Amino acid sequence: MKNTDFDDNMDPNWLGDEEEEIYRENIIDHFKNPRNYGEIVEAEIKHSELNSICGDIIRLFVKLERGKVIDAKFKGNGCAISMAATSMLTEKLKGKTLEDIKKLTKEDVFEMLGIKLGIVRMKCGLLCLNTLMNGVKILEDKNGIKN
Amino acid sequence: MKIKPDSMLDVGKIRKDFSILNKMINGKQLIYLDNGATSLTPEPVIGAMNEYYGEYNANVHRSIHSIGERATREYEKAHEKVARFINADFEEIIFTKGTTESLNTLAYCLTKRLKEGDVIILSEMEHHSNLVPWQQLAKEKKLIVKYIKINEDFELDLEHAKKIIDKKTKIVSVTHVSNVLGTINDVKKIGELAHDAGAIFIVDSAQGIPHLAIDVKKIDCDFFCFSGHKMLGPTGIGVLYGKKELLEKLDPFLFGGEMIKEVGFEDSKWNNLPWKFEAGTPNIAGGIGLGAAIDYLNKIGTEKIREYEEYLTEYGIKRLNEIGVKIYCPKNPKIRSGVISFKINGMHAHDVVALLDREGVAIRGGHMCAMPLVTKVLNENSLCRASLYFYNTPEEIDKLVGGIKKAKEVFQII
Ligand SMILES: Cc1ncc(COP(=O)(O)O)c(C=O)c1O
Repeated sequence: MKNTDFDDNMDPNWLGDEEEEIYRENIIDHFKNPRNYGEIVEAEIKHSELNSICGDIIRLFVKLERGKVIDAKFKGNGCAISMAATSMLTEKLKGKTLEDIKKLTKEDVFEMLGIKLGIVRMKCGLLCLNTLMNGVKILEDKNGIKN
Repeated sequence: MKIKPDSMLDVGKIRKDFSILNKMINGKQLIYLDNGATSLTPEPVIGAMNEYYGEYNANVHRSIHSIGERATREYEKAHEKVARFINADFEEIIFTKGTTESLNTLAYCLTKRLKEGDVIILSEMEHHSNLVPWQQLAKEKKLIVKYIKINEDFELDLEHAKKIIDKKTKIVSVTHVSNVLGTINDVKKIGELAHDAGAIFIVDSAQGIPHLAIDVKKIDCDFFCFSGHKMLGPTGIGVLYGKKELLEKLDPFLFGGEMIKEVGFEDSKWNNLPWKFEAGTPNIAGGIGLGAAIDYLNKIGTEKIREYEEYLTEYGIKRLNEIGVKIYCPKNPKIRSGVISFKINGMHAHDVVALLDREGVAIRGGHMCAMPLVTKVLNENSLCRASLYFYNTPEEIDKLVGGIKKAKEVFQII
């Protein structure tokens, strides 16, 4: 409730009871030890996005083979939420087709993170998904022109 | 550091005027250390604005009924208070919506007559509002923008300034106090360099005037800009000061009511200063609120404010140094304002801000509207900033330090 209902006394970084804690062990772990951190030189998707409010930046690399993701990496700098979310997302991508990727939603990201996010931190958590979706769109546009 | 702060300023009494300081945030008392973004508003300022709306809510310079006259009188009185506060004349004080509008107005009005290749000098420590307007107009008119570098001690490099301010320079516009580094710049000196080159000299004092005694004649700047909301006033009101002879020569920027003397179908005549630059119905309550804020600052005394803030800043830097955060500010306390930007290795500013918020401590994180400075000069992605005002206390700084320690624990940083 706390995250969707707008009320004046709402804490934008809602951190109430234990279950609502956003700085959980797994988030901190992904932040400190990001998985798939690095570059893929020859990747079909190479795309960066910036969250200008807090200066989070993500560059995402996705390599496809026969229509499926065979590798995904990222580079970037940002808060624990944005970095952990991206780290987790790259783990989730392997084996997926572009069509599978396009079906990913906000809820998938929240489920992956295992926490609820307030309106402010939502932007951080979803930066990885936006980067990915825009990267896919650019790839499809490029392929569209080629065909 | 030996003097007791209470002997400088009765902070306990002052704090009673800021009811927001009693507010509980996440179950903790609010500790407001984000004064660089906007300051809190004391009761007398809120009262003055309420009085306008409750007692004499009328337009200015139009309606000659009683409440209209009173509104005009109070609104003009606010200009008078600002003029006295910075040692200027009444005609030289133009109300705008803030520093950003003041600087944009100057950028448009002053670049109008510039030619391709003319040079505008800014510095590396400018807030976006004293950078983007010039940069964009320069692109349009093929002007050249150069930036005065900062040295290792986070001061403007005056040798570099001397080198780049030359005969081609038409405008020099710099910040009085950096909103990231807290550096108090030697604006008098930079003004001399500008004037020697025959250039116009502008000071962005958004972070200066809330904390320092100001005399525009001593600084000898041509234009001086600031915002009401960083000096106890309301948002939506700010000031553009300009030397009378320069304002007289400039064409108005906005056209409409209030700024005209006579209008025909073919042409119009402009109103007297300062109204020539205040087109349309102004922010009347805001102006009156700013006047009340100046009364408040005068009552405490700008010298006393500076003395106390110097003490508090030194205390803050000392305490933060003890817990091993990296601080970006000049070493010399005399040229340092109450802005303390810092970085905690292994943590992003956004996380620090969020975890401090749990403790009721409000600070800023990010690039503080000075992205080129933070990302290109300091090479950081984001910084944390605690910015102080005279109602803050050493105890509040201790809470900040405690909050940072807790935040580091969450991130398992020893
Ligand atoms: C140095 C400096 N200049 C200009 C501004 C812009 O002020 P405003 O947003 O009130 O127009 C600020 C505000 O943060 C500032 O710190």
